[in-house]
Amino acid sequence: MNVETGIRWMELFNEKVQAEKDYLTQLDTPIGDSDHGNNMSRGMTHVIEAIETQKPDSLEELLKLITTNLLSKVGGASGPLYGSAFMGMLKAQKEDNIPWSAVIKSGLESIQKRGKAEAFDKTMIDVWIPVVEALENNQLTDAVIDQAVESTKPLKAKKGRASYVGERSIGHIDPGAYSSGLLFHAMLEAEAE
Amino acid sequence: MADTGIIIISHVYEIAEGINRLIQEVAGDVSIKVVGGLSKSEIGTSFDSILEAINENQADNLLAFYDLGSAKMNLEMAKEMSDKSITIYDVPLVEGSYIAAALLQAGVSKDDIEQQLKEIQIAK
Repeated sequence: MNVETGIRWMELFNEKVQAEKDYLTQLDTPIGDSDHGNNMSRGMTHVIEAIETQKPDSLEELLKLITTNLLSKVGGASGPLYGSAFMGMLKAQKEDNIPWSAVIKSGLESIQKRGKAEAFDKTMIDVWIPVVEALENNQLTDAVIDQAVESTKPLKAKKGRASYVGERSIGHIDPGAYSSGLLFHAMLEAEAE
Repeated sequence: MADTGIIIISHVYEIAEGINRLIQEVAGDVSIKVVGGLSKSEIGTSFDSILEAINENQADNLLAFYDLGSAKMNLEMAKEMSDKSITIYDVPLVEGSYIAAALLQAGVSKDDIEQQLKEIQIAK
């Protein structure tokens, strides 16, 4: 990943978030507080604006900018969680010759440190964990991502706002898992261009 | 002014303001800062405004109270970015902040306040 691909990644992620804003909110309605679409939309709008005005010329600068904007502008639980993810990636990326899978893994570890979720708690990390595994084996595809997102559906939420509704969370895709899916679809697209 | 103060984070402006009114009644000399909502009308919590409240509080030791889970995550991030000593309590917001405020006003030590707060701890 270089800065040009990274910027393209964010542009594509932004397009997907804006296009699916209403669907993200719809997913968040039965098991959350119906704000995930608006929150992600607001956050990514700020990220794109910041890229345009600050014109980052290294991957490090880009990741820094993404971190601060998501942290401050997304709001809700997703702000600190996505902010932590990019902060973890920023830290890892400073090491020389670190593989991209390890950078994403560091993002995952930061999310877990912040949110204290385990696998199968029905959260965004149920997408991040299989994505990291697939990246390590050079086998990340759109299908792997979709399957991970879908796998949150039968789970009962143990973390986040959805955990307040207990059993009733079963049968719904987790909104954070879905937006993470968009993030990784966008990453694959940017890398393929 | 005591060197220990209170910060209160709620998803809703009126909840934060309401609790502030409630505890000001018993703790007029305690440094208290509250943050409610993203704005007066928008529900949510923001890392930026929590950090601002931490900095605006005159005390260097802060006892922190919050309502729902995502408030805690923003609070923890702000805590890491701040030089102040901040302790976050998993207790019911109204009861917890009231106990802390009343006891701080009465000059009770932080250790003793924590002892009382422990009794009302909940899973959040």
